[in-house]
Amino acid sequence: MTATISPLSEVTRSDAALRTFLHGLPGVDRVGADARAAGLGTRSIKTTAKAWAIDLAIRMVDLTTLEGADTPGKVRALCAKARQPDPGDPTCPPVAAICVYPSMVPTAAAALRGSGIHLASVATAFPSGQAPLKVKLDDTRAAVAAGADEIDMVISRGAFLAGRYLEVFEEIVAIKEACGSAHLKVILETGELVTYDNVRRASWLAMLAGGDFIKTSTGKVAPAATLPVTLIMLEAVRDFLDTTGRKVGVKPAGGIRTTKDAIKYLVMVNEIAGDGWLDPDWFRFGASTLLNDLLMQRTKLATGHYSGPDYFTLD
Amino acid sequence: MSRFEYAPAPESRSIVKLQPSYGLFINGEFVDGAGSFKTISPASEEVLAEVAEASTADVDRAVKAARRAYEDVWGSMPGRERAKYLFRIARIIAERSRELAVLESLNNGKPIKESRDVDVPLAAAHFFYYAGWADKLPYAGFGADPRPLGVAGQVIPWNFPLLMLAWKIAPALAAGNTVVLKPAETTPLTALLFAEICQQAELPPGVVNIVTGAGETGAAVVNHPDVDKVAFTGSTEVGRIIARAVAGTNKKITLELGGKAANIVFDDAAIDQAVEGIVNGIFFNQGHVCCAGSRLLVQESVADQLLESLKRRMATLRVGDPLDKNTDVGAINSAEQLTRIKALAEIGSAEGAERWSPACELPDRGFWFAPTIFTGVSQAHRIAREEIFGPVLSVLTFRTPGEAVEKANNTPYGLSAGIWSEKGSRILAIADQLRAGVVWANTFNKFDPTSPFGGYKESGYGREGGRHGLEAYLAG
Repeated sequence: MTATISPLSEVTRSDAALRTFLHGLPGVDRVGADARAAGLGTRSIKTTAKAWAIDLAIRMVDLTTLEGADTPGKVRALCAKARQPDPGDPTCPPVAAICVYPSMVPTAAAALRGSGIHLASVATAFPSGQAPLKVKLDDTRAAVAAGADEIDMVISRGAFLAGRYLEVFEEIVAIKEACGSAHLKVILETGELVTYDNVRRASWLAMLAGGDFIKTSTGKVAPAATLPVTLIMLEAVRDFLDTTGRKVGVKPAGGIRTTKDAIKYLVMVNEIAGDGWLDPDWFRFGASTLLNDLLMQRTKLATGHYSGPDYFTLD
Repeated sequence: MSRFEYAPAPESRSIVKLQPSYGLFINGEFVDGAGSFKTISPASEEVLAEVAEASTADVDRAVKAARRAYEDVWGSMPGRERAKYLFRIARIIAERSRELAVLESLNNGKPIKESRDVDVPLAAAHFFYYAGWADKLPYAGFGADPRPLGVAGQVIPWNFPLLMLAWKIAPALAAGNTVVLKPAETTPLTALLFAEICQQAELPPGVVNIVTGAGETGAAVVNHPDVDKVAFTGSTEVGRIIARAVAGTNKKITLELGGKAANIVFDDAAIDQAVEGIVNGIFFNQGHVCCAGSRLLVQESVADQLLESLKRRMATLRVGDPLDKNTDVGAINSAEQLTRIKALAEIGSAEGAERWSPACELPDRGFWFAPTIFTGVSQAHRIAREEIFGPVLSVLTFRTPGEAVEKANNTPYGLSAGIWSEKGSRILAIADQLRAGVVWANTFNKFDPTSPFGGYKESGYGREGGRHGLEAYLAG
């Protein structure tokens, strides 16, 4: 086992040590955490601050399509949109990444070549994670080989909820190794972890195991990303940096559809983790419909009037 | 400075129609007073309006009007009819909430997000709550046929002008009393807007009378021989004077006075939420809160970690224009209060405590004080004993639960306390031993009309809010 984090390497020595560590993290008071998230949600972001936030949010989007009905054509269209979200306005920045199933990675890789846009692939028997480790590793290696430079893996929620923390840890370590140089985003599927204490523990577990990002959800389980859950994860990456010196990114995914919501998340990033995370390298939105709302609000802010949804491409 | 600079987001003042001058509200009408004084915005020192100052004769007129209204109309009106007026007032407060919130922030200096989200909704909630009691008084537990007392003289502070008015007027009216209320000298405007609301609700003349002025006006209200009941919220010093003045008369009295609340954080607390609770406990309303958690007692084993988190959190507090929707900490209410806060903070430094404030730019005009904490404070320090009534937190540590209780109770006050722990049994055990009227667990500064509020020891006597709040306005 490679010890990724020296100051805390001891805690992953055994299941018992890991449990002691994770259960020794300060608890989360649900009422207080919800109230804090709601309080930050009342920040009023206007004019220049809004324009800045919208452009940043666009640059943070992992433009995603994860449907059984995905086709190479749809993926190519999405890639075109990723490069130039608003064809009518060259000042509009590109998104951070495209996020697709492994089978679509070759198509996306070809379409994104030379753009600087990252290519993320879900892997490890997404979204359930219910497959043998070998299958998950093969899934990961195949996606990387096909050109993905970011892997969005799911943790085994079953093992986590059963308290087999070391099993989850070792699986993440193995996937990270299979990723090679590709960045690893670890999906906690917080909707299935249910309690905020679990979210905090799973966040630390994923970071200890070497995850480069922690991500809320697959988008296939409700509730997906919420403000309070993201708050807990932002506190976790902040505290992890303080403790270990290693910085980990955060990606809320699923259910973020409006500019208003996206700005609430950015306010939270700013005031909880700090502005060091206000960067596509450290914070992403896993979303599909969000981008169009960002574009509409961007146009509204620049021109003073709305152009309807018909003026923006669906994919 | 953050890369994410929030642009100014000021709430518009245009909803408030400020008049150049305001009279006294006596017998349902605005009338001239003997003198007048200026009321300002503490955030800018801008003069907002000229307000009448009630003399003893003016107060006498108000008490007479209240007596007539009590005898002719209000005291004998069936509870179900009184309730209709109270419900109407509650609804109008809710409808005019933005106007009330803006005016409150202008005149008091508190952030608009607090007046908008806390003060005004709670004021409306108090009227709704007590409206519900008006026709159910025989079931309140104070006898089969509880009677009103008569005329209530009420004197309220400047920290929550409208909310304190609601705490005082709603139960008094529900129980069938009429009132003469004196708002604080520095914050009369929302009370005068409330007078307008009484007119709008067609409340019978004389049921509510508002007399503005300073200490002398308050003394005239309290000392008036035809007042049956005195209710005061304010400093312990003035509370003593009032208690002396009322002693030997037939007046009933309730006092809600100062505090020096302990906010106790155990090592098993949810630290991030405890930090929020500490911030809310002492920086809410610039610390102008009688139940503020002004003494932080933190278990030594987590003290360093907690203080680091607290400082990081304090660095994100936004101090400035009260009308900006993103302001967390507004202006100190008056030059006088600012002087007092500064003096006590100086004493804290002189006594050897370590002072810390985040880097924060304060506006040039108006009255401002940066959020401040003192570490290394001992029980003997004046900043651990005296009520500062400002955004200043004294931090003490403890090692055992017994020591925490001992320190928490070692104060002449006893208004409120907070306990932070993830262990339910500990919370219950400690709460049992704290000598404070309100004990919050894993939260702080939470108010609700259904919950009684009041103090032990020098924090006063009597309870406001809830069923208990009716008792002060009823004779069994």
